[in-house]
Amino acid sequence: MSEIADKVKKIVVEHLGVEESKVTPEASFIDDLGADSLDTVELVMAFEEAFSVEIPEDAAEKIATVKDAIDYIEKQKAA
Amino acid sequence: MIQSAGVASERRRVVVTGMGIVSPLGLGLEHNWSRLVAGENGFGRISSFDPSDLPAHVAGEVPAGPTGTGGLTLSDWVPVKDQKKMDRFIHLGMVAATEAVEDSGWKPQTEEERCRTGVMIGSGIGGLQTIYDASITVHEGRARRLSPFFIPSALINLVSGHVSIKYGFKGPNHSVVTACATGVHAIGDASRLIMLGDADVMVAGGAEAAVCALGIAGFSSARALSTAFNDTPEKASRPWDRDRDGFVMGEGAGIVVLEEYEHAKARGAKIYGEVVGYGMSGDAYHITAPAEGHEGAYRAMQAAVRSAGIDVADIGYVNAHGTSTMADDLELEAVERLFGDAAGKVAMSSTKSAIGHLLGAAGAVEAIFSILAIRDNVAPPTLNLDNPSRDSAIDRVAHEAQRRKIDIALSNSFGFGGTNASIILRRV
Repeated sequence: MSEIADKVKKIVVEHLGVEESKVTPEASFIDDLGADSLDTVELVMAFEEAFSVEIPEDAAEKIATVKDAIDYIEKQKAA
Repeated sequence: MIQSAGVASERRRVVVTGMGIVSPLGLGLEHNWSRLVAGENGFGRISSFDPSDLPAHVAGEVPAGPTGTGGLTLSDWVPVKDQKKMDRFIHLGMVAATEAVEDSGWKPQTEEERCRTGVMIGSGIGGLQTIYDASITVHEGRARRLSPFFIPSALINLVSGHVSIKYGFKGPNHSVVTACATGVHAIGDASRLIMLGDADVMVAGGAEAAVCALGIAGFSSARALSTAFNDTPEKASRPWDRDRDGFVMGEGAGIVVLEEYEHAKARGAKIYGEVVGYGMSGDAYHITAPAEGHEGAYRAMQAAVRSAGIDVADIGYVNAHGTSTMADDLELEAVERLFGDAAGKVAMSSTKSAIGHLLGAAGAVEAIFSILAIRDNVAPPTLNLDNPSRDSAIDRVAHEAQRRKIDIALSNSFGFGGTNASIILRRV
C-alpha cells in the first residue's frame, strides 16, 4: 500500500472512530463507516491539511469511498 | 400573581422520577449527596489551564477517574468519535442526563410515548472553550479549516438535541439561557409544559463547563471571583461569612426526569418528590447587581409560594443562591422578609460552599440537593461559615449537616441581567 493510502486510512480511523480492518478501499464513508454529512466535510478538511492539497467542493462531493480519496490525492500529488 | 386560581385548580401534578448529577464532588447522585452531607468539597487549583496570570486560581473541576468511583471517564459516556462534536458542557450534560434517564426507568415503547417525552436542558454560557479555540483558528487565517462541528458544539440547546437523539425523545425540544438562573428556569418551565399538557415526561436541567481561560478571565474582570484564598482552595467559597470575597466557579450538570403524577404512578415509578411551586421575576435594576433588599428575589419566592398554595412556615429547608459574594446578605434579607415570624424555624444553606457556582447548572443541581434533603430529612451544610457577616434568626447550617424534619424545600437561583427564579419541592 502506498504511503498516501496508509495516511488516508489512519485519518479515517482517527476521525470516524472505526476499526482499521473496516477501512478497506471500497468502504463508503457514509454507508459503511458510519459517517454523516458533517463527518465527511471534516474528513476532507483533514485530508487537505495532512496532504497540503486543495479539494474544491465539487471534487469533495465525489469522494464517497476510501479509494476515491486516495485516488484524488495521488492525482493531485502527481500533478 | 403568576397563575390564576382556575388554572391552579385544574393543573396536572408533576413529580421527579429520575435524577443525575456530575459536579466537582464527582459523578453520581448518591456519591455527590454523601460527600456533600459529610462536609467534603470539590475545590482545587485550576488544572484545565494555567491560571497564574489571572487573579483567581481556584475552581471546582469535575474529577477524572475510573467509572464507578465517582470519576469521569468520558469514553464510557460519549463515544470517542462523537466527543469532538460537543463542547465539554454537552459532555457533562450527557453524563448527568444518562444517569437521570436510567434512574427513572422510563423507556418509551410506542411512537406516542416518544412524542410525549421532551427535553429542556439549558446552559448559562454554552461552549465557551469551543468558541475560544475556533476564534484562534479564524484569527490565524485558517477560517476555511474551521470544523463543521464548531457551531453545533457550541450551541446551548444542543444538550437537549443530543439527549433527544440518544433516547428517541420526540416531544418538546427546548432550552433555557438565563445565566445563573438557568437550572431552575429549565425545571420550572419543563414542569409547566407537563402541567399544561404539552408533554407527559420532560428531561430537564442545566449543564456548564466555563472553567477555562475565557470564563475565569471574564468573571475576574467583572470582579466576581474569589481571589484571597488561592493557596487554600477549600476555604474560598464561604457564603455569608465576613471574609467572603467572591464566588468560586464550578462545572458540571444536574438533570431531572419530570413526569406527570398519574403517568409515574401507572408505571410504578420511584417518585422522589413533587414540583409544587415555581416563581419568576425580573429586577429591572442593574446588569450584575441585585436590587436593594433583593426585592426581585423576594417577589420570585413569593410567587413560588403562591403557586404552591402552601404556608411559608411549612417550608423546612431553603437552598440559597448564596454565591459567597456581597449579595448573600441581600438574599438573606429577602428570605427573612418572606418567612417573617417563621424565620426561626427554617434551615437555609448554600451548597455552593462545597461545589462552587455551577452557573447555568447551579439551580438544577441545587434543586436535586433540595429533593434529597426532603428524602433524607437532612439539611446539607454551609461550609466555611466561621463568622457570619451579620446575625439572623435563620439557621444557616454552618459547617455540619443537620437532621431536621423537611417536607417542603425552596431553592433559589438568580442570574445576571436581574433574573430570579425560585422552585418549591414537596414530599409525595
